[in-house]
Amino acid sequence: MRHKQSILLPAVRLLCAALAGAALATHAAAADAGPAVAPLPLVELAPGVHVHYGIHQPWSAHNAGNVANLGVVIGSRCAAVIDTGGSPSLGEQLRAAVGRLTRLPVCYVINTHVHPDHVLGNSAFAGGTTPAQIVGHARLGPSLAARAPYYLEAFRRESGTALPPETVVYPTRTVEDTLEIDLGERKLLLRAWPTAHTDNDLTVYDENTGTLFTGDLLFIDHLPVIDGQLRGWLKVIAALKLLAPKLAVPGHGRASADLRQAIAPQEAYLGAVLNQTRAAIAAGLPIQRALEQFDDSVTRGWQLADAFHRRNLTAAYAELEWEE
Amino acid sequence: MNILRRRLITLIALALVLPSGGGALAQSADSDDPEASPMWQQVRNSLFQGRTITSPADDVLVLDAPTRAEDAAIVPISIRTRLAQSDSRYIRTLYLMIDNNPSPLGATFHFTPNSGRADIETRVRVDAYTHVRAIAEMSDGQLYMSTRFVKASGGCSAPPGKDPQAALSTLGRMRLRVEGEVIANRPALAQLMISHPNHSGLAMDQLTRHYTPARYVRKILVTYAGAPVLSADVDFSISENPNFRFYFQPGGKGELKAEVVDTEDQRFESALAVAPVKAAN
Repeated sequence: MRHKQSILLPAVRLLCAALAGAALATHAAAADAGPAVAPLPLVELAPGVHVHYGIHQPWSAHNAGNVANLGVVIGSRCAAVIDTGGSPSLGEQLRAAVGRLTRLPVCYVINTHVHPDHVLGNSAFAGGTTPAQIVGHARLGPSLAARAPYYLEAFRRESGTALPPETVVYPTRTVEDTLEIDLGERKLLLRAWPTAHTDNDLTVYDENTGTLFTGDLLFIDHLPVIDGQLRGWLKVIAALKLLAPKLAVPGHGRASADLRQAIAPQEAYLGAVLNQTRAAIAAGLPIQRALEQFDDSVTRGWQLADAFHRRNLTAAYAELEWEE
Repeated sequence: MNILRRRLITLIALALVLPSGGGALAQSADSDDPEASPMWQQVRNSLFQGRTITSPADDVLVLDAPTRAEDAAIVPISIRTRLAQSDSRYIRTLYLMIDNNPSPLGATFHFTPNSGRADIETRVRVDAYTHVRAIAEMSDGQLYMSTRFVKASGGCSAPPGKDPQAALSTLGRMRLRVEGEVIANRPALAQLMISHPNHSGLAMDQLTRHYTPARYVRKILVTYAGAPVLSADVDFSISENPNFRFYFQPGGKGELKAEVVDTEDQRFESALAVAPVKAAN
């Protein structure tokens, strides 16, 4: 165990030192286009709508937090970035990618929820002469304040690189219900949802192209993760199914032209977790014994079940135990 | 007193959370040797001084915890004891310690012969790679310990609660129930659930730059027919919506009653009439 660490650590340290160095360098050098940060690859899914697909792994310093989908929408006045990636260096790479697409400033950073793979790149857009407004759900700020020290500590633990607390950039504008923002000949409609995947989920709809960024209210192929309320999430899924966007961009997984179809596996999985957990509670099984006895076949076809399925069952049990 | 305690907790927490603080040291503690944990050394000295602690002690108690905290906010813990709570010798206190949490001594449970069995199940927050330990103190003063090493969760899981607003809106709601048939003079299993955010107050409000005050359940007293069966001093190492399974041993008919006090000195109560049946033999 120790032996293995000693092999892995130097490589990880080097990588992280390089990433941290890159992050610092870009801040200083961005204005005069100094040594370039490798821009993140983006694909244009609709006119002016670009997405970076994250890899299907848990958020970790080892993958620079490159696990969530990130979006860029460009208007005639400015651009909006939807989620910024799981590390400051990834945020810098995203900014470099935006710089290749347009000379317009990024006027809004929209965070779809609190998880580190979606918000830790915010710092790349918060400084400079035209800092972006950071927009999030009304409960994003408090949730991020409570969790940020743990995210930073997890990053440090894995990489040996300590990110300063200023790395975490909080929303400057919050959404209680809905908010329309204008990028110039392009309106984005933001909607705050009741507790579902987390207690601060926000979706972004681009009217021009009919593209809906769902954040982690929709997972495709990557096992959904419950960190809010399972029953609330199922209700939100029912509401999302009534929308008919031309394109749905999930928080994890490929975009889909058919939201109803794309969300079906997630609804089936969460429904199965709900039913199994209710049955275990009704049978009087305490949480630990319930976890030992669950039928794992419901995870068939999903990636990352090892990382998240038992966690989901744990959260579901603690929630559903309060049902009448 | 409360303010001092909070300051102390905040200091400890900062030391853990800040990269160059004691946390780094504590977390590098070898998972193979629970005795080497620096936080354990400190707590051991202050609580037990030089007294002998027998560990492992599987014939007295076994701590069960997952090897990995799947969800850092909800880590199920169970302490199973192997001794009957007899009048002559019984487990008087169980200490639940999570070495690398901001407040390592998460709970102290006190039992009596009326407890029947000194078992406890609950759910805790686990911040980091850590030893978790249950220490039993007998009525004759002897000490026994069971330890487990729990790895921190990966990914985006964190110890704070999932929906503090919801927990606060139902604050103080309680559920108290017994499980299965209650038989006179045999240990009966009960469960106590408390709706409470149980938050540490360690998060800074980014607008005011002040720490929101901690608010958590700090005391629990459960009696049966007026006699204590379980009392506990707990803190925010216990998960949002604190949940406990424990035993009591009823003689005849009586009321099982739970009283809970939080850090705002709010009191909550729940009670349940119990009519045990006579044993078949």
